[in-house]
Amino acid sequence: MSKSKDPQVYHHDSDNQPDHSKHDSEVISDKKVNAYWQANIRLLLTLLVVWFAVSFGAGILFADWLNQFVVAGFPLGFWFAQQGSIYVFVVLIFIYTRQMRVIESRFGVDDDEQEGDAP
Amino acid sequence: MSTQLLTYVAVGLSFALYIGIAIWSRAGSTKDFYVAGGGVHPIANGMATAADWMSAASFISMAGIIAFAGYDGSVYLMGWTGGYVLLALLLAPYLRKFGQFTVPDFIGERYYSKVARVVAVVCLIAISFTYIAGQMRGVGVVFSHFLNVPITIGVLVGMAVVFFYAVLGGMKGITYTQVAQYCVLIFAYMTPAVFISLLITDNPLPQLGLGAEVSDGSGLTVLQKLDATLVDLGFQAYTAPKKSMVDIFAITFALMVGTAGLPHVIVRFFTVPKVSDARLSAGYALVFIALLYTTAPAVGAFARINFIETVNGSNYAGEDDQTATPQFFKTFEDIGLIRWVDKNGDGVVNYSAGSAFEGAADFTDERGESGERLLANTPTNNANEVDVDRDIMVLANPEIAQLPGWVIALVAAGGIAAALSTAAGLLLVISASISHDLLKKTFRPDISDKGELIAARLSAVVAIAVAGYLGINPPGFVAQVVALAFGLAAASLFPAILMGIFVKRMNREGAIAGMVSGLAFTVAYIAYFKSSWFGAVNSADHWLFGISPEGIGSIGMLINFAVAFLVASRTASPPDEVQDLVDDIRVPTGAGVAHTH
Repeated sequence: MSKSKDPQVYHHDSDNQPDHSKHDSEVISDKKVNAYWQANIRLLLTLLVVWFAVSFGAGILFADWLNQFVVAGFPLGFWFAQQGSIYVFVVLIFIYTRQMRVIESRFGVDDDEQEGDAP
Repeated sequence: MSTQLLTYVAVGLSFALYIGIAIWSRAGSTKDFYVAGGGVHPIANGMATAADWMSAASFISMAGIIAFAGYDGSVYLMGWTGGYVLLALLLAPYLRKFGQFTVPDFIGERYYSKVARVVAVVCLIAISFTYIAGQMRGVGVVFSHFLNVPITIGVLVGMAVVFFYAVLGGMKGITYTQVAQYCVLIFAYMTPAVFISLLITDNPLPQLGLGAEVSDGSGLTVLQKLDATLVDLGFQAYTAPKKSMVDIFAITFALMVGTAGLPHVIVRFFTVPKVSDARLSAGYALVFIALLYTTAPAVGAFARINFIETVNGSNYAGEDDQTATPQFFKTFEDIGLIRWVDKNGDGVVNYSAGSAFEGAADFTDERGESGERLLANTPTNNANEVDVDRDIMVLANPEIAQLPGWVIALVAAGGIAAALSTAAGLLLVISASISHDLLKKTFRPDISDKGELIAARLSAVVAIAVAGYLGINPPGFVAQVVALAFGLAAASLFPAILMGIFVKRMNREGAIAGMVSGLAFTVAYIAYFKSSWFGAVNSADHWLFGISPEGIGSIGMLINFAVAFLVASRTASPPDEVQDLVDDIRVPTGAGVAHTH
């Protein structure tokens, strides 16, 4: 495509479009997309650090060391490997879901149907 | 009513329910057939995903594996749940925004290439058939154990039921039967687990019972008691690792990434209405999965304690309830899943570390002095006389804990639900990849919606027939390597999708080269160690970096990434339109993204 000053709008059409939202008719600038994307990347990297820390960290690499602490009948490293990491995984997804709604409404790209659905 | 009659009733009722749902939810269009019309509620989709995901292996085998592997069983617990975090954060929302029907759809369009699409279809079919053979086998095994029918008949009945709702209802039928199947399987799993937790620890919650004190007055916790008992018998402590740390790390990683890359799981997120629903739905799915996955380690630990206490030192021919070998031991011995060789001829069952005899079990038709089934194998020199198939733990649990017949019937219906729901999900992605990706998008673009729907149903029929054949005649090689499905998904599809969303610069050449090299390396490594063709010794001393074939998908994934980036850096950028597509799928809504090129 040639260099031009007029922005070109791209929209991907598909057989299985997501439902309508209140921002359906808005064209979003690529600057905004980039800012939104940076915020998303920061959030998900933070959460992935926790994801790694509870499973590979506490459940595997440091499991042996953590096993010296016993909580509610569980050696701690063993607990992380067989119970704790799974609970944390669940919490991580819900935190992400919640925080993404905050980020999306800040940038005006949420997919809520009406005003006021956002948190 | 006898237990067998109850089982027929439970299984029959569950089948009637699934078929009723299938008739109610007939698919009328390709959109219904591929993605259930795209309007499934996130919670319903969460349940369907959980049933889709939890297979015969999760329901029947996992607790047994943990019972005998102890801490090492954690690779499955973390590996098969951690992948959902990756799905929710990295893949599902963007693929939902992309808004097509299949996984190869995304790869084909994002990498502007029919070759990439066909490579993705090949990966998908290899992954899904490897997986499905085990499911049909699972249906057959449950039938033969609980209803005393040959495995072949069990597989055929399973095929007929799946045929009904997968072919008629497509994704729509599958989704709502999976919701029902989740309810059946989770109830069937939790009920005996709660009873056994109460029996052993007085705590009704298995998740807490695993850490609680054993109610035998010894003052030890479940894990302390297991550690002490196992060390006494010459085993490793339950809470200590047996595999090397690097291998545990690699297997967990490969299973997590593989889970996120499995096509039948990914397409479930194409069925919800919106991008935000895809994230939410992954969260609900993991809640429903976690319910079973946090119970399984408790079930495993309780089963191991129970097994040792009731079996070790018991009198095989005894009549007295206190010291006699329990009935379940003999039931499973009769169908060949428990083996006992009375080495010292004292009629007492001795259980300890080491294998009881050399080679695979080979029963003779004769009975020994105590009435046990005799084996032709050479006994080993150690004191252990018992050889047990670890798959029996969940099936035997209700019998070990002497629970009523209806609980046993429930477990049978639950095991079948787990196997059928996964089989149906796999069949759907196989048939969609043939009718949609190969026909509609590659070789017959002028096919009508109606024609495509017929093609989808026909390919589902063929896929069921192949799956059934593989279930009745399990190929030794495939049956051994469920690891293959995860390794392939980790090394091929996951990196290609991830880079498609997060790396704008990734191009056609890079993605194809990455998928092909990741796939080739992983298949070659697994075939080298797992098949008998190369005469390789499958042990830690011979593995690359000490990583077993189960964990090699992690390395395959790294190879995929490395090759893809190298090739992409030396070839042309993707066209502007594709880079715009990436921007468009990154935002959940809007009429498009404005670009100044």
